[in-house]
Amino acid sequence: MGKFHDRILAFVCAIGLIVAAAGLAHAGPYEDALEKFTTDEFSDTAEAVTEVATSGSPLAAPLIAALQNGQLQFSAKDKKVFIKTADDKLIDAATGRPAEVAAPDDLDTVRVNNRLRGVIEAANGALTLMAPDPNQRYESAQSVFKSRDAAVLPAVEKALEAEKVARVKTVLNEARAAILLAADDTSAPDRIAAIEIIRARGDQDSLALLQGLPADLPADVRAAANAAVTAIERNLAIWSTVQNLWYGLSLGSVLLLAAIGLAITFGVMGVINMAHGEMVMLGAYTTYVVQDVIRTSYPGLFDFSLAFALPLAFLVAAIVGIIIERTVIRFLYGRPLETLLATWGISLVLMQAVRAVFGPTNKEVGNPSWMSGAFDLGGILITYNRMWIIVFTGIVFVALLAMLRFTRLGLEMRAVTQNRQMAAAVGIRTARIDALTFGLGSGIAGIAGVALSQIDNVSPNLGQGYIIDSFMVVVFGGVGNLWGTLVGALTLGIANKFLEPFAGAVLAKIAILVFIILFIQKRPRGMFALKGRAIEA
Amino acid sequence: MMSAHPLIRLLDRGSTLFLILLGAFAIAIPVLNLLMPAGSALHVSTYFVALFGKYVCYGLLALSIDLIWGYVGILSLGHGAFFALGGYAMGMYLMRQIGDRGVYANPILPDFMVFLNWSALPIFWYGFQNFFYAMLMVLLVPGLLAFVFGWFAFRSRVTGVYLSIITQAMTYALLLGFFRNNFGFGGNNGLTDFKDILGFNVQADGTRNALLVISCLMLAICFLICRAIVTSKFGKVLIGIRDAESRTRFLGYRVEAYKLFVFTVSACMAGIAGALYVPQVGIINPGEFAPANSIEAVIWVAVGGRGTLTGAVLGAFVVNYAKTFFTSGVLAPYWLFMLGGLFIGTTLFMPRGIIGTYNNWRANQADKKDAARDNAVPSAPPHAAE
Repeated sequence: MGKFHDRILAFVCAIGLIVAAAGLAHAGPYEDALEKFTTDEFSDTAEAVTEVATSGSPLAAPLIAALQNGQLQFSAKDKKVFIKTADDKLIDAATGRPAEVAAPDDLDTVRVNNRLRGVIEAANGALTLMAPDPNQRYESAQSVFKSRDAAVLPAVEKALEAEKVARVKTVLNEARAAILLAADDTSAPDRIAAIEIIRARGDQDSLALLQGLPADLPADVRAAANAAVTAIERNLAIWSTVQNLWYGLSLGSVLLLAAIGLAITFGVMGVINMAHGEMVMLGAYTTYVVQDVIRTSYPGLFDFSLAFALPLAFLVAAIVGIIIERTVIRFLYGRPLETLLATWGISLVLMQAVRAVFGPTNKEVGNPSWMSGAFDLGGILITYNRMWIIVFTGIVFVALLAMLRFTRLGLEMRAVTQNRQMAAAVGIRTARIDALTFGLGSGIAGIAGVALSQIDNVSPNLGQGYIIDSFMVVVFGGVGNLWGTLVGALTLGIANKFLEPFAGAVLAKIAILVFIILFIQKRPRGMFALKGRAIEA
Repeated sequence: MMSAHPLIRLLDRGSTLFLILLGAFAIAIPVLNLLMPAGSALHVSTYFVALFGKYVCYGLLALSIDLIWGYVGILSLGHGAFFALGGYAMGMYLMRQIGDRGVYANPILPDFMVFLNWSALPIFWYGFQNFFYAMLMVLLVPGLLAFVFGWFAFRSRVTGVYLSIITQAMTYALLLGFFRNNFGFGGNNGLTDFKDILGFNVQADGTRNALLVISCLMLAICFLICRAIVTSKFGKVLIGIRDAESRTRFLGYRVEAYKLFVFTVSACMAGIAGALYVPQVGIINPGEFAPANSIEAVIWVAVGGRGTLTGAVLGAFVVNYAKTFFTSGVLAPYWLFMLGGLFIGTTLFMPRGIIGTYNNWRANQADKKDAARDNAVPSAPPHAAE
């Protein structure tokens, strides 16, 4: 039986589905199983389902689906099984082709009870182990690993032999090991081998599986299991740290993006711009408008919507920023507290203006296809939008750094930051630099808005959520120093995410705020303060 | 001026006028509300009594901000936190007074604790059934927070915008904390549904009027305290700190101590304002901690005129009346434009505020008169000058 069976399987796998379908005229396990459907006994049906599922026949999947949907009919007299289609035609289950003979008069539906439904579920799992799509096989193997249903073991072993794709094969192996471990009659060496395989997998499910092993195991198996549990726990702890780091990096990059423009305006001009958050919001709304136009007029370009939105958001926010600087802020230089109040007023006006134009509700901003979804990296899940935002933040940061370092505008900005009078004395038009700096800072806030529109609700209050955090970053990092802002943002982001598991999100945030308040006492000018001799800065 | 009697120095023209007006309102409104029949043209509605009482509390909050911003140059963007803490202390007293009249009829635990399945009163709620203990807490809690906060901040010379930002962080942290149910202050619903204060029904007209009178009285007392502080020699040092902190320090004054004292006094006043506010509006919730509220209170002071005390109260009344007026009418969507415009306009065009601009104008007029008289003396008869 075994040899013949193997040959059939090899035949099926090698030649493929169509040929296999044609070859079904020979009696095989599939055909043998079919007869059991005709006895109208639940126990026979259950056997038949399992046999069909493990037969490897391409006709098995539609047959089981038909059984599940109550479309499987049998004729006890003819010992034949049919699938009844939606339009009342009969398909011969043995050949997969429309029935050639007239419908038998004793046709009846194969009955299904609850126990049978469980068997069908397991059979479905086994069936998809042989599915042509490797992703489907992978998922199916994963679900077998979780269910550890001993009935699927033959199917898993069969699939294992046929499998060519390495990652699916690994999971199949793990699924087999899980089943063997869960089974009562596995020998000790087999168990130890299984434990090793599970240990190599090393995720939360493996840990649960190993911890759930019965207590009365042989000593060597027990020892192997315990060692594996320890190893997995250590491994998981490392991954959880990596995961926290990743979340922290993600939060930190968002903070950096929101704060970096502020660092420029605050650092260069000493201006507390409370309307900074609204620049972020304007950037997000620009993205919304761009996507709206693209959706209605050029739907094909949707994946490039952010590429259009970026320069536009920069321009919109920068122009609004320059207007604010020219009409309000320049009259308030040297009066930082008044600037704070005036810019707060501006933020109220901008928020209300956006509310008046776009309404108070959240606007739908979509992710382009390359920004949605996620992938596994080791033991952590990485979403594309978070990853791209980190990359994007890095690019913005480097570009800004390069701009300050290598361009004439950057040189002049640094000069004004360090010594305004001296800069003016050597011929730098400080007023122009102020306006441009403010425009630049606002423009970068606008760009930040494009990125934040991908992960946050786009509403008139968007900016309010970031303004206090941004100030904390700038104050913590030190004014007038982009590296300080970088370190500040990442430190706060990562610290926040590491505190969250212990304290919860809100308490973590409070702890960070209190920490900053205390930190300011120690270093009133932040981590990387500009050195100077002025008594009163 | 320097040689004038302390009482005269304390009560200049503006202050006297302010106290007389405040007294007049404190007497007239209850009389018109309680004694005039409801149909009479002179009758003042209970709604107005509550509204005016609320404004008086805002006025007191503005006064406390003006004391530190106008005279010491400390711009606190977290004074709403002290206001809210005072309010919570009062709210806790009022919660305990509900007793078994709550929905769950628990004689000890307030409803929200029963709802959260708490079996015992948290320790920090102990004693709040006692009015005097609660009033002590109204002063102590904001005062202590301000003292600790100020002690750290001023000692390490955190000034200017940095101080503003960390005060904002403080109130933001408190906001987040009070929103949590397990903090023990009613979570985002806050404390409400009050019944009695000292045995009087908080909803009754008599109680409302009494609260209004007490609020006016407290405003007057705090105003006099502020006047006493700023007109004393101590006050001169404060102004010195405001205008040139380092110089004052180099002259040998312990700037930190001065600032800390005034900051703490100011926080206590804000706490009193909050405590008076809560029974009059009937609720206190974490929203009062919102940084936006604190900044809004600062703009009252700026509108009225910082460093004038009377101006701060006036500003609170004017801005809040405008808010009530505009947000209740068809202009409601435009209120935030107006408020924003007020922030921008005041700082750009009227940095001295209403009272400051008026004082300035008067001083100019006086100068002109003096100049005119000096020029006129040789030719005109003496009586023409006055």
